[in-house]
Amino acid sequence: MAYNRRDREQHPAQIHPDYKSSLLRGPTREPLAIAPLTSELTGPLFNQDMLGEFDSDLTKNGRKNGEPLGERMVVHGRVLDENRNPLPHTLIEIWQANAAGRYIHKLDQHDAPIDPNFLGAGRAVTDADGRYRFYTIKPGAYPWGNHHNAWRPNHIHFSLFGPSIATRLVTQMYFPGDPLLELDPIYQGVPTAARERLVARFDIEATEANFALGYRFDIVLRGAAATPMDQKKGDAKKERVNHEA
Amino acid sequence: MKLKQTASQTVGPYFAYGLTPQQYGYDFRSIFSNRIDGDGERIALSGRVFDGNGEAVNDAMIEIWQADARGQYQGNGFARFGTGTDSQCRFHFDTIRPGSIDNEQAPHICVLVFMRGLLLHNYTRIYFSDEAAANERDPVLNSVPAERRGTLIAERSDTPDGPAYRFDIHMQGERETVFFDV
Ligand SMILES: [Fe+2]
Repeated sequence: MAYNRRDREQHPAQIHPDYKSSLLRGPTREPLAIAPLTSELTGPLFNQDMLGEFDSDLTKNGRKNGEPLGERMVVHGRVLDENRNPLPHTLIEIWQANAAGRYIHKLDQHDAPIDPNFLGAGRAVTDADGRYRFYTIKPGAYPWGNHHNAWRPNHIHFSLFGPSIATRLVTQMYFPGDPLLELDPIYQGVPTAARERLVARFDIEATEANFALGYRFDIVLRGAAATPMDQKKGDAKKERVNHEA
Repeated sequence: MKLKQTASQTVGPYFAYGLTPQQYGYDFRSIFSNRIDGDGERIALSGRVFDGNGEAVNDAMIEIWQADARGQYQGNGFARFGTGTDSQCRFHFDTIRPGSIDNEQAPHICVLVFMRGLLLHNYTRIYFSDEAAANERDPVLNSVPAERRGTLIAERSDTPDGPAYRFDIHMQGERETVFFDV
């Protein structure tokens, strides 16, 4: 049992010069491919009991004296592997800015208001079909120091595990129609063909009448590589074809 | 048809209140700490992450994953720590010494490195300086060019609280840590 390797055509490079902080932090040498061994093919186990009551409801888990401000949303989707298998019992952790584009993080110096009733962090464990659902507030765009007048598009940070540490993924979910996507070096660091899959889709089916807008964001983690058995079957077929020819 | 892998993005500078909230003093329960429990000899593990200018990184998140003292993976050998709460940007783990795995691999700890500036997280492994014989037979260490193997070895020192290992991670430069495509 092994996983397909990270697909270079889907992922950013370690150093993406337009994203300035990658210049001194991304490794300069190719990672060394190692044969799949137990250590990286196993990982921590999760279940729903690990979660607190409001962990997946960011409109509730930071309340102090009222409701958070901003546009309420439902963000939901499925976590699958490349072979289309749903990934159950996997932990998803999210964090984001508030509606004004301000993080609760102590180092965020952006001059936008903190919302006393919004923390911006949550977590969920996928169900048997790999489904998850969060309630939250639409995050605002915020400025950052990468270049003059740089703004991050609206986004939610996602962290996922999957069945092993090899399938671990940290990514960001973006919103459809955001004009900042075109200008964002972090989003643009992703190969063109893979970018759109980081953009959630507006989902009227998941939209809750008089309450919250629905967005759908499906996530695909590395899947099991074809087993030596499958490969043998493939080889046998090839041989037969050759023989017939 | 196969689905395509979702692209990785950086963890950014503001992960702490979501991923390591209690360590950083946020009002949200952490589900991971920097401690791994279990039977066996307790060891301390710490180190720093250096960028290409040799400066210690204060917004990295380090995760470790390891076997228990008998070399078995039980699903609970996981811990996480951010480098932003120590005045010298160190990470600290309080764990047990892992056993050798499948009687083939030397005792080691898997490490995942995340930080602002990394669009993809990196994988490496910590081996122990006092396991020279086992290290010499380890298939992964042996696949690493000899002159770079040292980047994967944590140095032991003995403290009143027990053995402590130091493992620094260099993202670039002469001593760039060996990262793995796992
Ligand atoms: Fe962000």
